[in-house]
Amino acid sequence: MGAIACAATALSISGCTQKDKGGDNAIQVTAADTTCDTSAKSVSAGQVTLKIENKGSKATEVEIVFPDDRIVSEKENIGPGTKYTLTAEVKAGSYEIACRPGMKGHGVRRKLEVSGGSTAKRDPRLDKAVAAYRQYAQDQADETVPRAETFAEAIKSGDLEAAKKAYAPSRVGWERTEPVAESFGDIDPKTDTRADGLEAGQKWTGWHRLEKALWQDKKIGSDEKTLADQLVTDLKDWQRRVGKAEITPTSMANGAKELLDEVATGKVTGEEDRYSHTDLVDFNGNVEGAQKAYELLKPAASKNDPALAKELDKQFAALDALLDKYRTTKGATDFVSYDKVTKGQRKELSDAVNALAEPLSKLAAAVVK
Amino acid sequence: MTQHEGGPAPSRRALLGWGGAGLALGAAAAGGAAAVARTNDDPNSTASSAVEFHGAHQAGIATPVQDRLHFAAFDVTTEDRGEFAAMLKEWTAAARRMTAGKPVGDGAFGGLAEAPPDDTGEALGLRPSRLTLTIGFGPSLFGKFGLAGKRPEALVDLPRFPGDNLDKSRTGGDLCVQACSDDPQVAVHAIRNLARIGFGKAAIRWSQLGFGKTSSTTPGAQTPRNLMGFKDGTRNIAGTETDRLKKFVWAAAADGGANSAWMSGGSYLVARRIRMNIETWDRASLQEQEDVFGRDKGVGAPVGKSKEHDAPFLKAMKPDAHVRLAHPESNDGATILRRGYSFTDGTDGLGRLDAGLFFLAYQRDVRKGFLPLQRRLSASDALNEYIQHVGSAVFAIPPGVRDKDDWWGRTLLTEEG
Repeated sequence: MGAIACAATALSISGCTQKDKGGDNAIQVTAADTTCDTSAKSVSAGQVTLKIENKGSKATEVEIVFPDDRIVSEKENIGPGTKYTLTAEVKAGSYEIACRPGMKGHGVRRKLEVSGGSTAKRDPRLDKAVAAYRQYAQDQADETVPRAETFAEAIKSGDLEAAKKAYAPSRVGWERTEPVAESFGDIDPKTDTRADGLEAGQKWTGWHRLEKALWQDKKIGSDEKTLADQLVTDLKDWQRRVGKAEITPTSMANGAKELLDEVATGKVTGEEDRYSHTDLVDFNGNVEGAQKAYELLKPAASKNDPALAKELDKQFAALDALLDKYRTTKGATDFVSYDKVTKGQRKELSDAVNALAEPLSKLAAAVVK
Repeated sequence: MTQHEGGPAPSRRALLGWGGAGLALGAAAAGGAAAVARTNDDPNSTASSAVEFHGAHQAGIATPVQDRLHFAAFDVTTEDRGEFAAMLKEWTAAARRMTAGKPVGDGAFGGLAEAPPDDTGEALGLRPSRLTLTIGFGPSLFGKFGLAGKRPEALVDLPRFPGDNLDKSRTGGDLCVQACSDDPQVAVHAIRNLARIGFGKAAIRWSQLGFGKTSSTTPGAQTPRNLMGFKDGTRNIAGTETDRLKKFVWAAAADGGANSAWMSGGSYLVARRIRMNIETWDRASLQEQEDVFGRDKGVGAPVGKSKEHDAPFLKAMKPDAHVRLAHPESNDGATILRRGYSFTDGTDGLGRLDAGLFFLAYQRDVRKGFLPLQRRLSASDALNEYIQHVGSAVFAIPPGVRDKDDWWGRTLLTEEG
């Protein structure tokens, strides 16, 4: 059976798929520092093979990505002058091949149409929103790692004050995109667990363990130095995996609501950063992340439910204005210590969070209507 | 609970015996059934029925007292009068459905999978349980939305009474909703769903759960006991006493001064959280306990009398006896309609029961009702040794919602006055 006949018949026939390998569905990808040449713009569904050659001067990464930028398959760290063969199972639909010289940024993109079998219907407007949100999540992870390294370095050099100063900023990117980080399941328990969240036999690692050492125990020992390195390692794992996270328009909308839930249950009570009292920094990060997701979904949401969009605009603005009262520097992400925030003020913050979270819980439905 | 549209079944109307003025004329029978509501699973029992939401007066004042309470005070957080009115309309629509035993909006299930349901669902399958929802407007509301000219003079700011130890977080409020029901879950469901609709427009300031009604508005029904073990408020105004209700409870157009035409058919509510020093009370001798109230503990008869409802001979009581001081005869006839509930909010951290009476008093004019009474009681009531007022609020209770097009607060927010 020839390759052409094979493409026209059901691709579930295994013999076919085998023969396809390296045949019809092989694409030559020639990557360089500013170019990404591909030998074909369309293939049939099934196993797709990329024969990659890096002719550039720096290491590159080549990916097949969905229209919403989720990675189907990827190969990182293809050195200059080296070759690699990447094989992936690809269903019918529109994709892109991305070459990312230096393994950073949006990369150089080439279209790839995959045909055969059924094609899922996609809303390009929502694909765009998801792609932009994935980029945002990636940017947050990329910015977090060096900040976490600064935090870790301060701990390793035994500088208590520098470590305290670096603690809250190292969490901002994480707090903004927490639902994405949490979706991996195994990273969050290592990085962001509080003492009361530990399961029997679980070793306490991550930010809050270090927070306790810095603010409550007021000392840095060899354990803390090891844990600081571990935190950086775990955060790099997160950074690497953001691209493959399952993000959909509804998960974005629900993620925004979940961020407000985080505020309502952990931050507004002062439980999250009970030693450092930097809760408002996290609070603000959660709100900013929720707002980003909302802004990206707004074109779709405001068409389906204009009243909801109007209400959300209003409540985001109201919460921002309330948070402004607690910023130590205007427009900055420094906030007053949460132990200085009175019971009455906490009630006011809680009311504002409820006022926003209630309409935000209706965003997912408005997006998919 | 059914989900079909339409008002309460005619049979329920007949059962409750509603008069044109919205008063419970057959209240004695309804009250009798309510006394056994907790153990009565008969779905045809009055305990399962709905109380008419529409009427000249709001339900929940003179209508038969239910077993349970969830009272909530709200701060209005929106500054937009239109938005406030829209919220009150939404509240009215939800209250109309919930008091009829129906879920809010499109219900608790079966809607869009991606959206949270309109109704929270915990009252599904439960009977209407005589749920009443009664709204009130606090003095602070009249500082908002250009309403200053509509604040009735009868809605006074309560003075600080001797012995008051008011907790700010249990005091005041722009709005209140009193939810009474024979099933606590039904009352809690109602407040929870109104709070949810209110987010961004009104925020709960404080709330109180109550159980074991401590007074009755139905003659013939046994006067319930408070947590001190005494029958109190035996002479309460009954829902059937049209004349006394008119004289002491329902506000007339001109009562509260020129600003209060909108209150015609309404009433004024004073809410006080009265903490009881339970442990020291329990160590008081029987004689002292009976002297403090001016009644015997067994049948509740006033001093020197043999039956609960015997007219008290005040001079036979100690001069500082509670009944003597609170009696209309000692207060130039001042009379209130009491609708209080016992409360227990666990213990207070010192091992003491955080419990007492959540006192609710309705009257035609606070200046002629609660104010003189409490002045006298706070000055010399023997009971003061065992109680402390820790929360306080006063509200103007607007008239009833007339029909399905009417809404809570319409007379305040739309009519000239």
